[in-house]
Amino acid sequence: MSAHTLLAEAGCHIKQDCGFPAPGLHSFDFKPIFSIGSFDFTKPMLLAIICMLLVVGFFWAAFAKPKLVPGKLQLVGEIGYTFVARSIAREVIGKKGDKYVPFLTSIFFFVWFMNIMSIIPFAQFPPASRFAFPVALAALVYVTYMYLTFKTHGFRGGVKNLVWISGLPKPLVPLIVLLEFIQNCITRPFTLAVRLWANMFAGHMLIVMFSVATWYLLTPTWLTAVSGGSFGLAIFMTAFEVLIQFLQAYIFTLLASIYIQGAIEEGH
Amino acid sequence: MMAFLAEEGAQNPLIPDTAELVIGLLCFFIVFGLLGKKLLPNIQKTLAERHDAIEGGLERADKAQAEANRTLEEYKAQLAEARHEAARITEQAREQGAVIIAEMREEGQRQRDAIVAAGHAQIEADRRQVTVTLRQEVGRIATDLAGKLVGESLEDSARQSRTIDRFLDSLDGSADAGAGAGAGAAR
Repeated sequence: MSAHTLLAEAGCHIKQDCGFPAPGLHSFDFKPIFSIGSFDFTKPMLLAIICMLLVVGFFWAAFAKPKLVPGKLQLVGEIGYTFVARSIAREVIGKKGDKYVPFLTSIFFFVWFMNIMSIIPFAQFPPASRFAFPVALAALVYVTYMYLTFKTHGFRGGVKNLVWISGLPKPLVPLIVLLEFIQNCITRPFTLAVRLWANMFAGHMLIVMFSVATWYLLTPTWLTAVSGGSFGLAIFMTAFEVLIQFLQAYIFTLLASIYIQGAIEEGH
Repeated sequence: MMAFLAEEGAQNPLIPDTAELVIGLLCFFIVFGLLGKKLLPNIQKTLAERHDAIEGGLERADKAQAEANRTLEEYKAQLAEARHEAARITEQAREQGAVIIAEMREEGQRQRDAIVAAGHAQIEADRRQVTVTLRQEVGRIATDLAGKLVGESLEDSARQSRTIDRFLDSLDGSADAGAGAGAGAAR
């Protein structure tokens, strides 16, 4: 049960001597479903596991026994697979990207399914708005990026690939080396995680905000009109989130493939 | 309840929760493991097979087309050769026919000439025999006739022979002149 739901169920309306139960950081913290020692099992974890099961279940149903002439489910799966393989891996990395298609496909569908949870009734929460989930995925991308950089170019070449841009005027070299190092080794993984987290966080916050306001303003006064407007916005934001959810999954995967491409490209 | 939430809400949202981090990684590894090891290679293989089936079909069709074209060319070549052969045989037959006709014409000419020559020889022989017989007969008839007219037998052989020979020589002379004139007219 999330905080806003509890508050809304409390039945607090405007002019009833209670303040607006504004959503905030507390909307993203959940009471544990159960605890084992210091380990608290919470709703975002449950949703992540459900998403894992959904992704695996879907692809299992679609691809476990693939047929030359595909059934409907296999066709849908194939569309998803070829979307990642063609529009992301081939487009960004090229022929060498075929090796990384399973990794990219897993990222894309896992992130997308988690994001969709934001608007599924009863789930209604994107696990990626808990910073740990984007961090886990971004860390994997980062490890892959570093591994491929040093594997492809060796130690010296790898370091050079991370910090060096050839053909610079001498005075600029220290500055650019520093900037390149910060960009490739620190901001890249950080922004990758934050981008996904912030989008999901803000989206969820907006939907919660308008939903809570709709309930809060629903009184037998002229404010009901405002409540209706708020409800309309909640609907609109939900629809908008559908787009954002897909887009963020796509961007996350796209950036992962751009990093891989940067790691395995020849020269710099 | 509110106290619990407020307490939790004070946390910095940019500090990842360790348990969630572990769960997130675990979930992703399960997804990646199953998709990467089994399911996606499966579909990759199927897509490749389908590609092969389609491309292979086109390839087979191309091959069949090429085969058909080659056979057609072969047939055309054979037909042309056969026509050529036929023309050659006809030509040969025509030549042979002409030769045979010429030979036969020559042979016919030769046989005709031989027949004509034989005819001539026969006629000549007959004429000779007739001439000899006639000479004897005419001599005898003339002698008999003269004997009857004179009333005496002109059996005096010396006289008789002389008279007859004189007569026949004059006859021969006139006959030769006639034959020479006849031959001249025939040419």
